[in-house]
Amino acid sequence: MSDRESMAFDVVVVGAGPSGLSTAIRLKQLDPALSVCVIDKGSEVGAHILSGAVFEPRALEELFPDWRERGAPLTVPAGDDRFLLLSEKRARRLPTPPSLRNHGNYIISLAALCRWLAGQAEALGVEIFAGFAASDLLFDADGAVKGVATGDMGVGKDCVPGPNFTPGIELHARQTILAEGCRGSLSKVLSERYDLHAEADPQTYGLGIKELWEIDPALHQPGSITHTIGWPLDAGTYGGSFLYHLDQNQVSVGFVIGLDYRNPYLSPFEEFQRFKSHPAIAPVFAGARRIAYGARAVSEGGLQSLPRLTVPGAVLVGDAAGFLNVAKVKGSHAAMKSGMLAAESVAVLLKGEGREALGYPQVFKESWLWEELRAVRNIRPAFHRGLWLGLAYSAVESGALRGRVPWTLGNHADHPRLKEAPSSRRIDYPRPDGTLRFDRLSSVFISNTHHEENQPSHIKLADPQVPITVNHRRFDSPEQRYCPAGVYEVVGEEPQIRLQINAANCLHCKTCDIKDPTQNITWTVPEGGGGPNYPNM
Amino acid sequence: MKILVAVKRVVDYNVKVRVKSDKSGVETANIKFSMNPFDEIAVEEAVRLKEAGTATEIVAVSVGPQAATETLRTALAMGADRGILVQTEAEIQPLAVAKILKCLAEKEQPGLVLLGKQAIDDDSNQTGQMLAALLGRPQGTFASKLAVADGSVAVTREVDGGLETVALELPAVVTADLRLNEPRYASLPNIMKAKKKPIETVTPEALGVDVAPRLITLSVEEPAKRQAGIKVADVATLVEKLKSEAKVI
Repeated sequence: MSDRESMAFDVVVVGAGPSGLSTAIRLKQLDPALSVCVIDKGSEVGAHILSGAVFEPRALEELFPDWRERGAPLTVPAGDDRFLLLSEKRARRLPTPPSLRNHGNYIISLAALCRWLAGQAEALGVEIFAGFAASDLLFDADGAVKGVATGDMGVGKDCVPGPNFTPGIELHARQTILAEGCRGSLSKVLSERYDLHAEADPQTYGLGIKELWEIDPALHQPGSITHTIGWPLDAGTYGGSFLYHLDQNQVSVGFVIGLDYRNPYLSPFEEFQRFKSHPAIAPVFAGARRIAYGARAVSEGGLQSLPRLTVPGAVLVGDAAGFLNVAKVKGSHAAMKSGMLAAESVAVLLKGEGREALGYPQVFKESWLWEELRAVRNIRPAFHRGLWLGLAYSAVESGALRGRVPWTLGNHADHPRLKEAPSSRRIDYPRPDGTLRFDRLSSVFISNTHHEENQPSHIKLADPQVPITVNHRRFDSPEQRYCPAGVYEVVGEEPQIRLQINAANCLHCKTCDIKDPTQNITWTVPEGGGGPNYPNM
Repeated sequence: MKILVAVKRVVDYNVKVRVKSDKSGVETANIKFSMNPFDEIAVEEAVRLKEAGTATEIVAVSVGPQAATETLRTALAMGADRGILVQTEAEIQPLAVAKILKCLAEKEQPGLVLLGKQAIDDDSNQTGQMLAALLGRPQGTFASKLAVADGSVAVTREVDGGLETVALELPAVVTADLRLNEPRYASLPNIMKAKKKPIETVTPEALGVDVAPRLITLSVEEPAKRQAGIKVADVATLVEKLKSEAKVI
């Protein structure tokens, strides 16, 4: 489309999460004359932000040394840390691994932090536009990224513009910052076009599902942190839970499962639901009410899966690249730091005529973030051989050796890992009870997700037959189980069965794009403003 | 002709509201707010009247906290020319809003005051009617169509069982119903331009309006949970249960 309007900025940032906002802020701190624009597909900043979250303030401290005076929403200092190994009926307390010691950290709502960061950015002159999804990357004749286009609004299901059609616009920039978070749709396009993973291991992912509860004040212990491993997962599946006590009687509880799991019958959603009924966990929810639900994939590959970070005209920051520290189960500080490092190089680049911020990967290598990720690089891959070997290996390496080993264990892609259905064990999950365990639909309801109904599906199938001929016949339609929002439903009766895609339920977690066995599903952005409306997740 | 449009900042229609644990109201912390959808329709109609050359200036008004500036910015991005924020942290009821709008209407002398028929938070459906009464001007409520002619406006109203068209002498007060139009999306360039449009801030006190609530909320409760359904064996049992348990026949 050539009739789109265009606007020009020095820098356009895609995504108003911790990495994108930190990039924008650092750029304006370094050079107030730069024009910086941030767009986000959520209806407001924070609407699509979901994290545990125990937050390490190291990067924030560097971005705003006076964050306390500025009123950053870090109000609950991390307190008592528990690390539990669960069996079906019992919980055994393990020594807390060094990476999970949280003294000096805070339990926060990452959405609240992002809203605060957005306010700080706007005060510095950053233009932030929520409700606008970046749908396309724009390239120069010589292949350099020259910006992004926002999606058209008001297009009907039949792909024909409706009465209130508003065409997208082109945002041109000297540098485009891709800060989309894990498995961003434009980051994926760029990665394929430039083969950014050529010299890195494949990225490996996890799916995090989270609920926010309001609990009995008598049971509330602000600052309390619990992590568990073990039950309900078997020893061959990587994953675990978190349970954090925030302020105002709120508890954040969630479960993260490695998307390299093998059994197509596994349902991350149901595993999370039944986890809550463990005798060591359930009591905290007595008389409590669930107030929010959401899900998001995370990058778990660490240092060896980090792609090339720059191309002419663009850089990747935050979890769009995969800076998360999986051993710490934290990524926000890394996302912020990567954005700040990128900003420092981009600010220098924009003083001249260069197109690629080659300084960014260099300053990253000299930063504490690189040190930090290097020290834990073998923890996640060690669990490829199961929970017990993984635990033993990580205890030795992170305890005595602190990552100072001469080898690096590799990562594999997640989607080829599924076993076929006939050779897999069916899992019998307990039924929802409506007080502690819920079904998908009542959960999606409180994610406040909304998509304009009359728009083309934003979930695209490369081959419309594959969901039945491959996914159903060989894997018994795993998308029905891994999708935490009930987007995928096999309907009809043999032989007329078909896959129904309820795109309006989508929580933008990106799991389908990652886990589909033949990579037949591509997640694209829906109309801007669509998706979950998380309160303070 | 000048048009005054009233816009209210409400909890977004996608948010599932929940009652505060002390039952004093609904939870509003960390929740998305946006413009009342019926007010969006009112703004859209004003903008269309301006595009058609009928209106010359659109003034958007909101009554509420500082954050209601965002709601005004949305109206400005859709095409309103300037905004007035009547800033107050107090709980505002329809009568107070009507009194405030009356003050502003007397000051601004609009040919038409457009409002949403009701706000989706309290569902009062009172402000437009009260304003018309206070101003002593004609009212056209639940409008699904507007046709402005010289000195008058024909308003097609959605009434029970059909449509009713009334002719009002201008200046008049009109409240928008759902089918009046489909509001546009504010485009990114227009949102940028809206940041530069003027917003004037006043207080109810400065306008001499007493906004003290006349109604007191005793308690806010969630609707009772629906009982799970049961399956009956046959028609006889169904009839028996409808008689003895449901007591509907």
